[in-house]
Amino acid sequence: MSSDLGDGPLAQSTGLELGATAVAGSGTALLQMRGVDKHFGPVQALYQVDLDLPSGQVTALCGDNGAGKSVLTRCIAGIHQPDRGEILWEGKPVHITGPRAASELGIEVVYQDLALADNLDIVQNMFLGRERVRRGLLDEDSMERSAAETLASLRVTTVRSIRQPVASLSGGQRQAVAVAKAVMWNSKLVLLDEPTAALGVVQTRMVLDLVKTLKDHGLGVMLITHNLNDIFEVADRLAILHLGRKVAEGPASEFDRQSVVEYMTTGRSER
Amino acid sequence: MAKAQDEIRQGAVEASLPDTPPPASAAVDALPAEIVSDSLASYLRTRAARIRSGDSGALPVLLGLVVIAVAFQIWTQGLFLSPGNLVNLFIESMVFMTLGMAEIFVLLLGEIDLAAGYVLAVGAGIAAILVQKPGFDWPWWLAIIVALVCCGLTGAVWGTLVSRLHLPSFVVTLAGLLIMWGVMLVILGNAGAVSIASPILVNQHVLYEIVNGNIPPLAGWVVLALVVVLFGGVLWARDAGRRRRGLVAPPPGLTAIKIALFALSGIVVVLICDANRGSATSVVDGVPWVVPIVFIVLLLWVMLLQRTQFGRYVYAIGGNSDAARRAGISLAKVRTWAFVLCSVTAGFAGILYLSWQGGTSTNVNGGQYVLYGVAAAVIGGTSLFGGRGKIAQAVIGGLVIGAIYNGLYLQGVQVQWQLIATGSVLVAAVLIDTVSRRGTLSGSSTRI
Repeated sequence: MSSDLGDGPLAQSTGLELGATAVAGSGTALLQMRGVDKHFGPVQALYQVDLDLPSGQVTALCGDNGAGKSVLTRCIAGIHQPDRGEILWEGKPVHITGPRAASELGIEVVYQDLALADNLDIVQNMFLGRERVRRGLLDEDSMERSAAETLASLRVTTVRSIRQPVASLSGGQRQAVAVAKAVMWNSKLVLLDEPTAALGVVQTRMVLDLVKTLKDHGLGVMLITHNLNDIFEVADRLAILHLGRKVAEGPASEFDRQSVVEYMTTGRSER
Repeated sequence: MAKAQDEIRQGAVEASLPDTPPPASAAVDALPAEIVSDSLASYLRTRAARIRSGDSGALPVLLGLVVIAVAFQIWTQGLFLSPGNLVNLFIESMVFMTLGMAEIFVLLLGEIDLAAGYVLAVGAGIAAILVQKPGFDWPWWLAIIVALVCCGLTGAVWGTLVSRLHLPSFVVTLAGLLIMWGVMLVILGNAGAVSIASPILVNQHVLYEIVNGNIPPLAGWVVLALVVVLFGGVLWARDAGRRRRGLVAPPPGLTAIKIALFALSGIVVVLICDANRGSATSVVDGVPWVVPIVFIVLLLWVMLLQRTQFGRYVYAIGGNSDAARRAGISLAKVRTWAFVLCSVTAGFAGILYLSWQGGTSTNVNGGQYVLYGVAAAVIGGTSLFGGRGKIAQAVIGGLVIGAIYNGLYLQGVQVQWQLIATGSVLVAAVLIDTVSRRGTLSGSSTRI
């Protein structure tokens, strides 16, 4: 039923939005979502969402629980396919059919649970599933060197040894390893799902610094969060979802705490 | 930035970002001692600190082995540690060790294979039947290959049921235990027993000699020298190379100690085996062939688990199967192959059993053997919960089981008490595993 209702306005809005992009001209947004719809049975999870994720900038995606942040992330990651609308990658329409396809484009997702194997060491985790092999055997030396270089370039220097099991790392260090694992594959866009949710003050500081480093390297970063401190600390741009709709998007300087909270909770702001 | 990079490569980096450095004792608990130390002295200090804090690695098992040996030595009035009996103990332990190695493949995944004991029996039965004359009269090597392939196929069945249909491995392999028990009875037929002890038939004799034949003492020393030089050379070259290139490596002293310990245990084994364990008139001496054969299998499996992608994936799945799946690893494929390798190794243990006993019969207690195999792995330090363990741990675990088995048998303890003793050791091993797991989770180091 929702799809019937959705048809008309969708076509309309898509046309409008494409026009808007053309006007923006040099809009070098790495990834653009145009009129993306996603529903699960009768539940409309995303409703005509447009979103720009430019490179070299941190875009914070905020919203209350159930606003559709996770579904939107999964659409970009290739876990879900949008029912309607399109995703443009470097200006060209793409179908992200799965996590593999996303990686091939240069999109990496760091999920909240980090997906690290505690019993493996840092190098082994960073290369998990993409090990370098020489004559049938793992090329540990070359992998260790690359892992060390990546960590150094991200200025992650608090780990005692990159051969220590991930189980022995602090929360912030684990986050750093997960991010390093994501960016070492020439990725261009990194999606971070609530990276500071379980961290203390010092660890949060470390992760936010890491996010800034990613930005300095020219990567596009999408930060999924509802932590206002994080948003105003590192985000260049903001996109706010409310009940599956994008209710606001723009430079972070155009928002303040009050308006963000209003958008997140009511979908509107008086300001 | 170059400096930071250097620091990471050094392997010991002081906190340069305002990240809370973990308290010193916690760091000692969590990190392997090789990593916390850059010299032998600091390695030993770290090691001692870990032992004091409760995490003592392989030490308790080794101590346990010493206690068992001393106790049996006193109880049997010096019989237990006689060269003749020690060689017997080695041979018996080989079967437990091999079964332990088999189980480690599936235990690392957090699964279990209860069928391995009767897969051993079926492997022994197939190989025995194939070298009968009159009968198949196949060459010994073909008999071994066919037996191992058949065992591997059963493993593929368990593995497929577990990984593709998501049935619990406990139930699948429990059914497998019964099925393979039946298959063993079918293979051995009405006679119920097959012998391979004929000294005239070459194909039977070769199988018999695997365990019962000995390497001439001089040849034993030559082989040992070659193995030590090769092993020591490779290990030294690798560690020195990594140190030179600034990669994480143990301090030179530790590498030297490892090589020395390896050489020492080799020398002890050869010395024990070269003592005359026959009589003055009919000399029996030399290392049984089975010792180097099991060592080769051990090396192969260590390489497979530590140095190949397959091995890495086994550990990854055991540690965090979700992470492994998201990394694009085919869980079903790795799981199935782990069950295949478990069953092939169990079949190989069957060949050793066949050779040791000079035949096989319907009396093989596969249910007991599989528990000995699991016990060998767990006593050695492999976790039942997956992700933690090393193939080589089956060696020491197998020796413990072998020592208990041998000592009680030597003392003429009745079978019911042997069962009770072995069962108690298994419970103790699982208890240690569980407590140590809880210990690492809660931070209080209770690992024994």
